[in-house]
Amino acid sequence: MSRTAYRNHPTWWAFAIHRVSGVALAAFLPAHFWALGLALESEAAFDGLLRWTAHPVLKLVETGLVVLLAAHLAGGLRVMTIEFFAWNAGQKNAVALSAFFALAAGLLFLLNAVA
Amino acid sequence: MGTIEVRVWRGTAEGSYQSFAVPRRANQTVLDLVTYIQRTLDPTLAYRFACRVGMCGSCAMTVNGKPRWTCRTHVARLDGDVMTIEPLKNLPVVKDLVADLAPFFDKWAKAEGSFKPTAAPGSDFVVVKPDTAARVAADAGIECIGCAVCYSACDVAAWNPDYLGPAALNRAWTLQNDVRDGGKAARLSAVAGDAGCHACHTQQSCRAHCPKGLNPSAAIAGLKRAALGALLKGEL
Ligand code: HEM
Ligand code: SF4
Ligand code: SF4
Ligand code: FES
Repeated sequence: MSRTAYRNHPTWWAFAIHRVSGVALAAFLPAHFWALGLALESEAAFDGLLRWTAHPVLKLVETGLVVLLAAHLAGGLRVMTIEFFAWNAGQKNAVALSAFFALAAGLLFLLNAVA
Repeated sequence: MGTIEVRVWRGTAEGSYQSFAVPRRANQTVLDLVTYIQRTLDPTLAYRFACRVGMCGSCAMTVNGKPRWTCRTHVARLDGDVMTIEPLKNLPVVKDLVADLAPFFDKWAKAEGSFKPTAAPGSDFVVVKPDTAARVAADAGIECIGCAVCYSACDVAAWNPDYLGPAALNRAWTLQNDVRDGGKAARLSAVAGDAGCHACHTQQSCRAHCPKGLNPSAAIAGLKRAALGALLKGEL
């Protein structure tokens, strides 16, 4: 038996992923702004950064970020849909659809990155 | 049929688990286990029940980590030979398996969870057609037995001690859909505050565990829409 057994259902996991992805995106945001700032400051420095991000490990990290953003976007749209439209079911399909969208977005990005 | 090891919470906020070996029986409920312990093994065990048929809402406890109505939870449907029974979460513990429901019902009052009549005494019955949208919405939440299972399952209730909780908000939404009720404006401002409907994150643990199969998160979504609508019209 687990003290958190009551949480083990699709919509709770959807919430957990939404929170974790939201916080992770917020943590990444300063790095994103820094990179954009660099582009304004000097072309050479920005190109250096872009070369650095061409490394396969970084492509994987970027894929992770894309999945996080896609998961957060789809999850957020899911929450707003169920809060603003009439519905009554367990929302398993909506959770599955959001997860599918996030993974598909990540896969597309990865395929683009290696191609 | 063998025995089952039942680990029972003893104490209040501080305490420990005590194990009892309880013989299995056909059609045995979790409430039967607890009653066997109290009548046969240890008369000092405190627990609560009344109707034994799923009507009164007084027997809810945490069983293997999930809140449940114990009188209608069959032991045979739960896996394993060890069962852990604790009082409901998110409420003070009076003793052993008895949670204090006073904060839970105080929040129903705070959410204006009672009917405010508009008709004069002695006036004729109001006719409410069963297929009207408001009647259907009220019907969806009307069967609540006040067991606090949803409240015990709700993380927001755990994180924010002021959160009104799924049951009180479900009741409020039911009354917002009662065409005879005259307290709608006051009720909407009571539930639209910081610790009201907007605090809910739509985790739906309430829906996942409500023994009556109700969906308090849908009711809360209704309140969120109603509050937004009233705000846009300048009524809130
Ligand atoms: C892409 C479009 C986005 C949409 C549609 C969206 C939507 C939402 C929604 C609806 C919520 C409320 C969830 C709830 O009630 O539990 C939320 C929470 C949150 N969002 Fe976003 N969001 C987006 C982008 C972002 C970005 C870029 C960040 C990071 C900077 C972010 C960070 C957060 C955080 C930290 C939370 C709080 C999570 C929680 O309380 O569980 N969001 N988002
Ligand atoms: S849907 Fe809202 S009220 Fe229900 S358990 Fe989740 S946070 Fe609590
Ligand atoms: S909504 Fe369901 S779980 Fe919550 S108090 Fe009512 S009957 Fe119990
Ligand atoms: S004893 Fe009444 S609902 Fe369980």
